[in-house]
Amino acid sequence: MIEVKNLTKHFGDNAVLNGITETIQKGEKGVGIGPSGSGKSTFLRCLNLLESPTGGEIWFEGKNITAKGIDIDAIRCKMGMVFQHFNLFPHLTVLQNITLAPVTLKRQTKGEAEERAKKLLDRIGLLDKADVYPGSISGGQKQRIAIVRALAMNPDVILFDEPTSALDPEMVGEVLELMRELADEGMTMVVVTHEMGFAREVGTRVLFMDGGVIVEQNKPDEFFSNPQHPRLKDFLSKVL
Amino acid sequence: MAVLIGISSGEGGHKFSMSDFLQVINRVLIANEGWKVILSGLGKTIEIAFFAIIIGTVLGCLFALMKISTIKPLRWFANLYTTVIRGIPMVTQLMIFGFVIFSGKNEIMVASLAFGINSGAYCTEIFRAGIQGVDKGQMEAGRSLGLSYPQTLWKIILPQAVKAVLPTYTSEFIALIKETSVASFIAVTDLTKAGDMIRNATYNPWVPLFTVALIYLAMTLGLEKAFSRLERRLAQSDRS
Repeated sequence: MIEVKNLTKHFGDNAVLNGITETIQKGEKGVGIGPSGSGKSTFLRCLNLLESPTGGEIWFEGKNITAKGIDIDAIRCKMGMVFQHFNLFPHLTVLQNITLAPVTLKRQTKGEAEERAKKLLDRIGLLDKADVYPGSISGGQKQRIAIVRALAMNPDVILFDEPTSALDPEMVGEVLELMRELADEGMTMVVVTHEMGFAREVGTRVLFMDGGVIVEQNKPDEFFSNPQHPRLKDFLSKVL
Repeated sequence: MAVLIGISSGEGGHKFSMSDFLQVINRVLIANEGWKVILSGLGKTIEIAFFAIIIGTVLGCLFALMKISTIKPLRWFANLYTTVIRGIPMVTQLMIFGFVIFSGKNEIMVASLAFGINSGAYCTEIFRAGIQGVDKGQMEAGRSLGLSYPQTLWKIILPQAVKAVLPTYTSEFIALIKETSVASFIAVTDLTKAGDMIRNATYNPWVPLFTVALIYLAMTLGLEKAFSRLERRLAQSDRS
């Protein structure tokens, strides 16, 4: 579904990604872990071109999205993204946050979009928050609404950029729970996180990034019980 | 009031009473139809300020968008505009417009244009700061949902920017009204000039000048009230 070929990204003289080649299959839940500055967030943000790669190619559903003249907006409709800081739109109500994109892009009529948004809100138990503004809800609620906002576009894959890193500890659980549900329903997910428990239980493949490359990757069980590379061993000994 | 009059008055040597006060007002503003001069001046001031703020706001929007654009010549041109306009005194600009560029044209129109172009440069900076003050994550969230750059700008960034710039925009509005008081440099009989003419004709400085001052104050105060009302309405989404 997503094919990355020799991806590089430099910020000025600073090389953040040093040639990544990786394939994410449909239905996979790829979880990227690694120390700060390892390039994992940049890698994720390159996948939907929020960062434009310095070199290499990214193919999505058979299209080279790094090619010139590609309609990136159309691609992004199929690639949802969830951010560390939620990035809900503070001037819109919760319901409007969810319906804005499908209605603006004429994917759904206003009525359809609202009905679907309410169903999604009901599912996460926040239907009563439909008409409030994001300023008055908790971080965990914001992030769950951000996930639902991405879902409203019916994406084929959702990218999660450290979705629980900005949350108070007691709110991490509710967000991970929703992500776990999506995973169980078969959503293709690429997640960058520090939640080792989530990587182990929900991931179908765990990738360890350091120094702008993927140092090691494996099925979660093997990955955590039998790490090979010394840098991964060192990293796991610190975080587990 | 009596103290004030006592100090500033040249009306005879005796102590002032209320009826003297009314007599002076009558002599300076009513009997010789000075109020008509003031009223006509006020009309011109309002006319100039009204058109100038429209021109300034439109130019401000346009050049602010140019300043944040990725197209270099547009940025360059917008920078040239704000640098030149903000670096030359208003009166000098006004005279250049009145006596060089539009020499012999309707002076109200020329003044409106000059003040509008001048105010536009300040509006540009106000709007640019407002747009750039909106969290970067908002643009990313909009784009990640598949919205185009203009769609995100229009539906997500600008509504938040407008809210943020309203207080500074109000100040610019008020400053503009006061600035128009130099319009007489190109022979516009605005409110200030009207007061001055009455002073000359009646040899009484305080009645016309305080009258003019009070009218300016009433206008700026009224605007301030109107805008703070608008601000409160827009702040709705910030309330929990």
